[in-house]
Amino acid sequence: MTTTSASATINNGVNVEALLGARMALEQAPEAAQFKWRASCEWVNGTHSRSAIGSFFGLGAEQSRNKTFTVEADHPQVFAAEDSAPTPVELVLSGLASCLTAGVAAIAQRRGIQLHSVRASLEADMDIQGILGIDDEVRNGFGAIRVHFDIRADASEDDIRALVAQSQKRSAVFDIVTNPTNVFVTVN
Amino acid sequence: MGFATAIIIGAGQSGLAMSWHLSTRSIDHMVLERGEVANSWLTERWNSLRLLTPNWQTRLPGYAYRGDDPDGFMTMSEVVSFLQGYARLSCAPIVPGARVTRVRQQEVGYAVETNLGPWRCRKLVIATGACNLASIPSLAAGLPAAVTSLTPLQYINPALLPNGGVMIVGASASGIQLAREIRAAGRRVVLCVGEHVRLPRTYRGRDIQWWMDAIGAMDVRYDTMVEDIERARRLPSLQLIGTPERVTVDLNSLRKAGVELVGRLVGLCDGKAQFSGSLANHCALADLKMNRLLASIDDWVNTSGLAQQFAPPHGFEPTDVGSETRLCLDLIRAGIGTVIWATGYRPDYSWLDVPVLDRKGRIRHDGGIVSAPGMYVMGLPFMRRRKSSFIDGAGADAADLAAHLSQNLNRAAA
Repeated sequence: MTTTSASATINNGVNVEALLGARMALEQAPEAAQFKWRASCEWVNGTHSRSAIGSFFGLGAEQSRNKTFTVEADHPQVFAAEDSAPTPVELVLSGLASCLTAGVAAIAQRRGIQLHSVRASLEADMDIQGILGIDDEVRNGFGAIRVHFDIRADASEDDIRALVAQSQKRSAVFDIVTNPTNVFVTVN
Repeated sequence: MGFATAIIIGAGQSGLAMSWHLSTRSIDHMVLERGEVANSWLTERWNSLRLLTPNWQTRLPGYAYRGDDPDGFMTMSEVVSFLQGYARLSCAPIVPGARVTRVRQQEVGYAVETNLGPWRCRKLVIATGACNLASIPSLAAGLPAAVTSLTPLQYINPALLPNGGVMIVGASASGIQLAREIRAAGRRVVLCVGEHVRLPRTYRGRDIQWWMDAIGAMDVRYDTMVEDIERARRLPSLQLIGTPERVTVDLNSLRKAGVELVGRLVGLCDGKAQFSGSLANHCALADLKMNRLLASIDDWVNTSGLAQQFAPPHGFEPTDVGSETRLCLDLIRAGIGTVIWATGYRPDYSWLDVPVLDRKGRIRHDGGIVSAPGMYVMGLPFMRRRKSSFIDGAGADAADLAAHLSQNLNRAAA
C-alpha cells in the first residue's frame, strides 16, 4: 500500500516532510515543543460573545499571525436568546471534528493514501437538567459524543478505519474531551 | 580486587548466553549474580505465571527444551531449572550473591564494586534485565491511603490480596493475566485499558509465537525498521497468557467473565478514579493491528504454498466494550481494596555511575553497544531484534555482541 513512489504522487495538501522534520528537530530540543494557545473573549450582549484569536507561543518564541480571527457564540431562540451564532458546545463539536479531520488528512498523506472526500458528522447528547440546575446528579457537559466519518479514498476499508483510529490517538481535542484537565480561573 | 577481561552482570538467559559465547571465544570473564541463577524468575514473579512462549521456543546457544510437551508453557520453577541446567552445562563462571553496588569508568575499562568486594574489567556486559522495577504513573500519589497499592512484582496470588475489589491499571500481558485469575477467585475486578496489543493464543491451528517466528517477525532487526524503532521499543507487551489449555485471554473474554472494563486511568482525586473516554478507540486500534498481523500470516501461507498444512483463515470478534463505559469510580464506596499497577517495567540502573542514560533514564545504545567504550547491554525490548527481550532472542544478540566485544579486544591488543 505505502510505497515511496505512491506517496510522491498522492496529494492531500499536507506537507508531511515538514511535519516529520519538525518532529525530529523537537526530539532533540523538547523545550521548543512547549506551546501556549490563547483566546480572548468579549461579552457583546445577552448570551452573545465574540472571541479573538491571534498570537500564540511556540518554538521558543512569540508567534504572531497576519490577522486576528474572530469566533462568535450565542444560544438559540429556545433558550430565549438571539441565535446570532453557534452555541459554545457546538463549537466544541466543531473543534473535535476539525482536529480529527486534519489528522485523517495528515496520516493519509504519510501513509500514501489519496483522499477524495472526508465528511464528519457529529452528535452529542446533553441532559440540560444539569446546566439548568434541576438535578445535581446530571452533569453539565455531554453524556456522549458520536462521530461518524464518511471517507472516500484509494484504500481498503480497514486502512481507512486505521486512519480514523490513528487520528483519534494523536488528536489534541480528542484528548481534551476524553480526559480531565485542570482549569484555573482568576478574576482581577 | 578481582580482574576479568569481561564482567557480565546478571545470570539470567542473557548473561548465560553471553557467557557461553565468550567461553567459545576463550575470553576470560565472570558472571556477577546478585542472587542465584535466574534470580528474577525465582523471586519476582507471581505463583501462576508461565512463560508466554512455548517450550520449543525456550532455547539458548547449545541448549534447548527436551521434554515431551513442546507446545506447553513453562512454569516459573521450570524456567529456573532450565536456566540452572544451562549454567551447569556451560560451566558459566558465576559468582552468586554478588550484588553490584556501583560501576565507574576507568581510564581503561570499568571498576565494579560489589558487596563481595571490588572487581576490574575491560569490557562490561549489563544483563540485568528489562523488568527490574515496576513503572508506576505519577498520578498514583493520589491513591487514598485506605487502598493498598501493589505492583505485579509484589503480587503473589489472589488469596494474599487484601479484602475487597481490585482495580488493575494496564491491560497488557500482566494486567490481563491478573484480571483473569483475581476475577476467577470471586473478586470484583475493574480493568483500566489504555494502549494494548491484542493477539490470539493460536491461529489456524498454530501458536501465535510459532507464526511470528515462521514469518520472520521475531528476527526483524532494529536497523532495518521502516517505522520508528523507538516507538517499536515502547510498545506494550502482547496480551497473551501461557496455560496448558492454550487459552486466548482478551478483553471480550474478560468482560464475559465479569471483569469491568474502563478506559485508561487519567486521574485520582478525592478518592475517585477518573477514566479516559478513549476506550473504544484503543480497542479499535488493537483490533485493526491484530487483523493486519493475521492478514500478513495469511499472505505468508499463500506465498509459501503450504495452505493445505494449516487450518483455514478465521476472524476474531471485534472487541465489544459496551456503550455504558464508566468514566469515574469512587474507590472507597465501590469497595476497592487494592490497586495493582500493571503499567509496565523498566530496568534499574541506579548502580551505574557512567553517563550513558538519556533524559528519560533509558540507556543510550546502538543495538546493545552502549555509548561508553567497551560497555554492552542485553535483553531490552527490540534491542537488536524484535525477539531481543525474549529467552529465544538472547542467543543471537549474545553472538553479535560477543563478536563485537572480541573484535574490539583484538584491535586494542594490535
